[in-house]
Amino acid sequence: MRTGHRRKTAVLCALLCLCMAGLMGRLAYLMIARADYYSARAQELHQRERTIKAARGRILDANGVVIAANRTVCTISVIYSQVTDRERVIQVLSEELEMDEAAVRSRVEKRSLREIVRTNVDKETGDRIREYRLDGVKVDEDYRRYYPYGELASKVLGFTGSDNQGIIGLEVQYDSVLKGKNGTILTMADAVGVEIENTFEDRIEPEAGNDLFVSLDVNIQKYAQQAAEETMERKGAKKVSIIIMNPQNGELLAMANVPEFDLNDPFTLNMEFATTLTASQKQELLNQMWRNPAINDTYEPGSTFKIVTAAAALEAGVVSLNDTFSCPGYRIVEDRKIRCHKVGGHGTETFLQGAMNSCNPVFIDVGQRLGVERYCRYFEQFGLKGKTGIDLPGEASTIMHRTEDMGLVELATVSFGQSFQITPIQLITTAASIVNGGKRVTPHFGVTVASADGMNVRKLDYPQGASIVSEETSALMRQILEQVVAEGSGKKAALEGYRIGGKTATSEKLPRSMKKYISSFIGFAPADNPQVIALITIDEPQGIYYGGTIAAPVIADVFRNILPYLGIERNQLDVD
Amino acid sequence: MAKNKPKRFYDYSLLFSVIFLTAFGLVMIYSASSYSAQVKYGNSLYFMMRQLRIAAVGLILAVVISKLDYHWYAKFAGLAYFLSYILMIAVTLFGRKVNGKRRWLGIGGASFQPTEFVKIALIVMLAVMITSMGNKISTWKGIGRVFLVTLPIAGIVAANNLSSGIIICGLAFVMVFVASKKSLPFYACGAAGLAAIFLAEPVAAIIDNLHLLKDYQMARIHVWLDPEAYALDGGYQVLQGLYAIGSGGLFGKGLGESIQKMGFVPEAQNDMIFSIICEELGLFGAVSVILIFLFMIYRFMLIAGNAPDMFGAMIVVGVMAHIAIQVVLNIAVVTNTIPNTGITLPFISYGGTSVLFLMVEMGMVLSVSNQIRMEK
Repeated sequence: MRTGHRRKTAVLCALLCLCMAGLMGRLAYLMIARADYYSARAQELHQRERTIKAARGRILDANGVVIAANRTVCTISVIYSQVTDRERVIQVLSEELEMDEAAVRSRVEKRSLREIVRTNVDKETGDRIREYRLDGVKVDEDYRRYYPYGELASKVLGFTGSDNQGIIGLEVQYDSVLKGKNGTILTMADAVGVEIENTFEDRIEPEAGNDLFVSLDVNIQKYAQQAAEETMERKGAKKVSIIIMNPQNGELLAMANVPEFDLNDPFTLNMEFATTLTASQKQELLNQMWRNPAINDTYEPGSTFKIVTAAAALEAGVVSLNDTFSCPGYRIVEDRKIRCHKVGGHGTETFLQGAMNSCNPVFIDVGQRLGVERYCRYFEQFGLKGKTGIDLPGEASTIMHRTEDMGLVELATVSFGQSFQITPIQLITTAASIVNGGKRVTPHFGVTVASADGMNVRKLDYPQGASIVSEETSALMRQILEQVVAEGSGKKAALEGYRIGGKTATSEKLPRSMKKYISSFIGFAPADNPQVIALITIDEPQGIYYGGTIAAPVIADVFRNILPYLGIERNQLDVD
Repeated sequence: MAKNKPKRFYDYSLLFSVIFLTAFGLVMIYSASSYSAQVKYGNSLYFMMRQLRIAAVGLILAVVISKLDYHWYAKFAGLAYFLSYILMIAVTLFGRKVNGKRRWLGIGGASFQPTEFVKIALIVMLAVMITSMGNKISTWKGIGRVFLVTLPIAGIVAANNLSSGIIICGLAFVMVFVASKKSLPFYACGAAGLAAIFLAEPVAAIIDNLHLLKDYQMARIHVWLDPEAYALDGGYQVLQGLYAIGSGGLFGKGLGESIQKMGFVPEAQNDMIFSIICEELGLFGAVSVILIFLFMIYRFMLIAGNAPDMFGAMIVVGVMAHIAIQVVLNIAVVTNTIPNTGITLPFISYGGTSVLFLMVEMGMVLSVSNQIRMEK
């Protein structure tokens, strides 16, 4: 009996040892073989990720002037469980942030892990609040986009939203370049999510976005914007756009679209409204305000488009400068009587004189000589059918007749720039390509992209150089357009000492019965070797609305300011 | 007089391993619970101090009991057994609800878990029975009588607290196994139990197909087989324990460095304390703890083998079975070797009733050891 139970206890003990050995084996498996797996899973569970915003890249102008940058702002938040002196926190925050005490109180007394009291607090205020060293009050620094020039080129530059994402303009187009990569701070947190103090922090540094260097020149933009504003005011116009471009390579030096808006406050309308607006109404008006009419809107170009008709006809060899035409004040095409702007007619004139007079019948004849098919072929060859490919979002497409739907009447109206629509940027790009020796250019702002430390510089490439007209045709066009300014309808654009070429236009807006106009002028200088080309469009001017009278002198004025600035010398020979 | 008194044995090794385990338990309770105690009660020492007080009282009680002759309380075996029923019925009817279960009985200002009392009462009761049966315990009839005494009370306990019911059946099984001359049927039972664990997956599939178990019981088995797939419903506790164990590695994160105790492992100072030991002290610390328990079991075996009579041996075997079963099951649950069921780790897990009655049991074992006459 006695030995029996002794043996059994020994057996029991041995069995228990076996059990324990089994459990130790299981533990060894879990803690050695599976250790990496489980500790990784546990780590995942404990780590809390906090994002560190990457600094968005700056935008700099042709001279390296910063036109879009970042400013440090602070976010003030409270952590309920860590606040010790609630009343003092409420008092300090409401004083420093100039907020209603009740509003601060509701946030401070809210039982939440982290309650944001206010965002976009300027750095000085944030630093002052930090100085109080209040328990449970967190001051986090953040970047906010800042535009030192406020309204300058607002519709071109665009702005960013609260998430650092571009909303319009270059900020959208180059978002991926500018954005950078957000970093993260990894901290340990307990099961409720409260960060555990003094735990190992893993930090992945943010990568700052790249800087974007653009061809826009702040000084030229300022001249252009000023000129546009003056014109808008003087003529009581709805809006005025001025585009200034280097015709040789498509670099845009300025693009003013007045009225502009304040980039540092893009969600406030730039005009007053008597009635209160609904949210959707306000959004609609904001969208209108942000619109860049130079690229987002199309219009009937009118007489400036005669440049295209002339270039096509010269290229095709269907006309020469000395061919004579007669203008009785109208031309009958099929059953339609199409009037010239000069009611009495220009009488007998050469092609060159017709261009100088901006005579519609001359261009109707030239268009008819080309015929529908050939005209459309040139239209396409010049790149007018597609978009220009400008590096801004939302470029509008050309609205043109289909070749098979085009009759002689349509051809006649297209010849002098009516019955179809293009964007101002398309017009100036095509004109630039015609006078620059015949190479199609791509209009653009972006020139180079450089990393934040300036080490990595990448030049941006644009498709360039598809030949659209011959060098001879281009030279003839320069000659014609110089004559238009020297002695023709564009003579108000003449500038003493400079050889300037250009073309005026007065387009009737649709419907024609409204008697509303868009006056425009496209000019370039020097006429023999164009270095700069500019287009002004004045939307709905009051009173006199002829492009030659109101638009041409504005470009002359802009040129007077920017040509010396661009280092284009006055021609001494022409002084006398 | 003193010179004539025969020299008696006293198992100081066992006493000191108990003191060591309890002290170690207090350190681990502090480590595991300080964070949640701070959050809940604003006092990081809350759980530790409570346990310390009861453990101190328990230890004194153990030493006192160890100096008594253990035959003395054999007289109360029947009374204690009867009292078990009363207490279990009382707790089922009037018990204080914690987490939806009536397991606590309030007496005066204090409250305790009667299931702990039942275990000790049954150990004494069975020891008395087996001793009085003599050789009959080797017959099927004798074995049947033991189980006739055990099963009703085990059933009532199991209805209240399944894991305690299993422990009670387990310790009766072990006591009969040791006392009886029969072996094979017991080995067969043990083998069947082991096989159920190793062949769990096909067995579970069969049970599932036959719809033998209730849905929530089946769910526990599914959680056990793949805790990560059920992380959100039921697998949470097990999974968090595994994360803690796995992130311990060989030498652990260091005492007090556990992160899993910060609200991830629920009630880390309780059933799951072993996982925190693993996280903080590593495989090294975990194996050390198991070895100390093995050492205790070894001492129990020695005392049982040298006990002056069958009654003493049976009491030691009962206590040994009780502690061994709880250790094995607790570690098996924490390591997800068997499906989850609430069992505390003796001397280490937080729990006043448990530590108090464990101390009483240790006092009984020590008193048996104290009756061993040293041979010259």
